[in-house]
Amino acid sequence: MIINSLVQAILLGGYYALIACGLAFMFQVMRIINLAHGSLAILSAYLVWEITDALALSPFISVLMILPIMAIIGLLLQRVILERTTKGGELLPVLTTFGLAIVIDNLLFQQFGANTRSLSPYLGDLSWESYEIFDLWIGKLPVIVLITAIAMIGGLDLILRFTHLGRQIRATAFDPDTAGLVGIDARKIAGISAAIAMMTVAISGTALGLRGTFDAYSGGPQLLFAFEATIIGGVGSLWGVFMGGIILAIAQSIGALIHPQGFLLGGHLMFLIFLFARIYFHRDVFSLKHWLSKFNKEENVV
Amino acid sequence: MNIKRSNAYSQVTLSIIIALFIALIILPSFASNDVMERLTVLFIYIIMAAMWNTLAGFGGLVSIGQQLFLGLGAYTTIRITDMGISPFIAIVLAACLVGLLSWPISTFMLRLKAGEFAIGMWVLASIGHLLVNLDPLIQGETGISLIALNQYSIESRRLFIYLAALLSMSALLLGLFYVLRSRAGIAMQAIRDNEEAADSIGVDPERVKKWFFIFAAFGTALAGALWLAQASSFQPKTYFSVQWTAYMIFMVLVGGLGRFEGAILGALLFFAVETWFATAGVWYLVGLGAVAMLCSLFLPKGIWGAIESKLGITLVPVGYQVTGLTTDTLKNK
Repeated sequence: MIINSLVQAILLGGYYALIACGLAFMFQVMRIINLAHGSLAILSAYLVWEITDALALSPFISVLMILPIMAIIGLLLQRVILERTTKGGELLPVLTTFGLAIVIDNLLFQQFGANTRSLSPYLGDLSWESYEIFDLWIGKLPVIVLITAIAMIGGLDLILRFTHLGRQIRATAFDPDTAGLVGIDARKIAGISAAIAMMTVAISGTALGLRGTFDAYSGGPQLLFAFEATIIGGVGSLWGVFMGGIILAIAQSIGALIHPQGFLLGGHLMFLIFLFARIYFHRDVFSLKHWLSKFNKEENVV
Repeated sequence: MNIKRSNAYSQVTLSIIIALFIALIILPSFASNDVMERLTVLFIYIIMAAMWNTLAGFGGLVSIGQQLFLGLGAYTTIRITDMGISPFIAIVLAACLVGLLSWPISTFMLRLKAGEFAIGMWVLASIGHLLVNLDPLIQGETGISLIALNQYSIESRRLFIYLAALLSMSALLLGLFYVLRSRAGIAMQAIRDNEEAADSIGVDPERVKKWFFIFAAFGTALAGALWLAQASSFQPKTYFSVQWTAYMIFMVLVGGLGRFEGAILGALLFFAVETWFATAGVWYLVGLGAVAMLCSLFLPKGIWGAIESKLGITLVPVGYQVTGLTTDTLKNK
């Protein structure tokens, strides 16, 4: 029973890692917490639903079709909104992206109404198929989501570490002015980063639709999950965010075991514990970034 | 060179405000029920806008979780009246208790920066909502009515709530006015205009921010308690909704972030927009979000900020005004 909950929690954590990594990525590169993050994930879920329904495709194909759309949305988001607001101090991006979230949520409600949707009806057998391992039933779909999360974070990590683009992004994140001095076009890098972040958002929105249901106002809760996973994981590292997502899901499951309404509270309290640890016991002592960032430190020395 | 704390406009403003206040006090003797109910709502909006402006415009703290204090204000009022205390005492008591609670919250949350603080407050609001739902008295999302109000007739209830909202609004605005004119308030406005100047002023901005946070929590809780009295029923989902913060942000951004008059102007505009367009349903909310977004992009000081810089008018003098400063006086120094 407990082991089953734990396994399910880790699988759910895969989804949280997926939704959190775009938020954390943008925060690292552009120092912006995008409050429209969750709403954009819901927007992508609706887009995938719409394409899947209209063209009778598999959702796995539809998501490939919306990746470029979301990348363009990311680029526009950076060029039209974020670029302008970041010049006006650190408060304006919060306000504008929150305004954007309200606009997206209500437009989605206007377009699609109050009914909840799910992508699972378009999956056929896959939506209920499971692996049986030691008397545990593990759904194939949550496993796919978890593997996607690992692949996506691993891929981003590899891009950041070993490609020319990755080095440019890291340089811009570290110090945009100095990056500009050595010939990096910070504006271009910010645009590309926003596009990458929105592609992860497209994938996480689809994962949400595949795993369960969503409606026009699901964006807010998704933003909170993404934010909590990011803070638990320690803002600095993508693998930290992955662990953050899993810890968040485990805390929620423990909460649900203690009290029928304890699912969300468990996650929130775990978030507060990590926040406390970060604030009162120096930065990141408890957080996973501390253990996982060895590689980065070596690199910084060089 | 001359340094004044008021000007010709503010003298006029003072007389108008006093006249307006007296008019609003005697208004119930001839106004219709509908007018009184709508004005009560307007007063509560002005409180909300002014409190969010205190936090964001003067304290530099953008919170997406002020519904925490709104909801807790209403919930605490329910709890206190349940002990048999008069609802109008309960409203004030509830706001004080929530203000008290905001002190430990502030020591913790103010360590967070910009976006982290904003969403962190939202998480706290969600925790508040979930915890209130656990209270059996509230019966989960079903909610509960403020039954204690039934001891008054509908007529006197309407009058009392109107006066309570009017007095709360006036007291909070007056309080804010004096806070902003104090040394710490002036310093905070200087910091708002130039972050680096913070340390050189000799006022600890973190301490002042904390007091702004507590003041805003107290005022927002009062607004929540008054809203409960006015709406007379409490459903956790409604009171802890992020929509309230969206309204506050709209009012302040459109009216003028960090401008005393701005929040009031924004509340008046929001009230007008709501009266005319609320029937437009979802499009009304899309419009609110879009206008707030456009204002923060293109008009970061809001309508009042634009008026102020174009015409040089300050109705409510919260700073110092320097006149007669010419190159000659500078040379003489």
